[in-house]
Amino acid sequence: MTKCLILSLEEWAEKKNKEKIVVEKINLKIGEFTCVEPISLINTFNAAVLGSWLDSSEITIETIPFEGKCSQCNRSYFPKKENGYKSPCCNFNLEEIISGRELKIASIDFKEK
Amino acid sequence: MHLPISDKIELNILHQNSHQAEKNKVKFNNYNLLCLNIMSSPGAGKTRLLEITLEDLSKEFQSAVLEGDMTTNLDAARLEKLNIPVVPITTGRACHLDANMVSGGLKLLEKKINPDSLDILLVENVGNLVCPAEFEIGEHFKVALLSITEGEDKPLKYPIMFREADLILITKVDLLPHLNFDINELKSNIASTNPKADVIEISSITKSGFVLWQDWISKKILKFKNK
Repeated sequence: MTKCLILSLEEWAEKKNKEKIVVEKINLKIGEFTCVEPISLINTFNAAVLGSWLDSSEITIETIPFEGKCSQCNRSYFPKKENGYKSPCCNFNLEEIISGRELKIASIDFKEK
Repeated sequence: MHLPISDKIELNILHQNSHQAEKNKVKFNNYNLLCLNIMSSPGAGKTRLLEITLEDLSKEFQSAVLEGDMTTNLDAARLEKLNIPVVPITTGRACHLDANMVSGGLKLLEKKINPDSLDILLVENVGNLVCPAEFEIGEHFKVALLSITEGEDKPLKYPIMFREADLILITKVDLLPHLNFDINELKSNIASTNPKADVIEISSITKSGFVLWQDWISKKILKFKNK
């Protein structure tokens, strides 16, 4: 995942003329229902970019809650593992996911040299 | 230095992988080749499943395998004995196959055989219940295996894998009489995580469930070919 993030940033920077910018912050949106542990992503990113053009950049992560929709009553709810992800209102299985699958670079804060 | 600029890009971190996966899928479609992504934890029985499946499947359909493994070609060597085209993909330290690796594997396969002559490509992913679920490879369907020795709770502990799967094979069910295992609890956990998934109980020892599994594959191939 870290490799994919860096490749995406490389691709973005090529369009901006990489030599002429300094990236300060990379603002991510990571859903709770993904395979990404935010602190691990930050740590591996920091280790991976040491000495590179991204060395001085910082990652911020906005966690997007895992939210489902009950297919019985259409109410939204926050699925919990302890409850088998079922809706607390009608005890229905998790049919629809509203949010929580995000793996996004929301924005990049940078300065021109 | 100038003032900071905020570039709001809203870009999927995995977009490069997704883009390559789409390209792979276009290739599979052009070859009229159905691709299944077979995933599970290590030791759930993926390779044994393929050995038995391919023996029968090869009578009716032309098959090939891309065999993902971290460090060895042992599984690929087992499948090559079935006289079908097998391409090993050694991932090194990577714990999953990604779309680029599969693209590379497909290029090697093209050197062995014209994929136009194939009906189905089975991609055995690296044994792991976490990362393979997030990385599309261009497959048409995802198949997840879960052996009963792993415990009833795995669909809840690794929900993304089981949520993403189109078919879940419950393997090693011949061990049921010997284990304190509640298969109904497992099925309930699968249904709560992914109510839309097909579920088949299977045993590579007794061969129970293989008729259903082979039937599932045959129907998918025929539907795909007649699309």
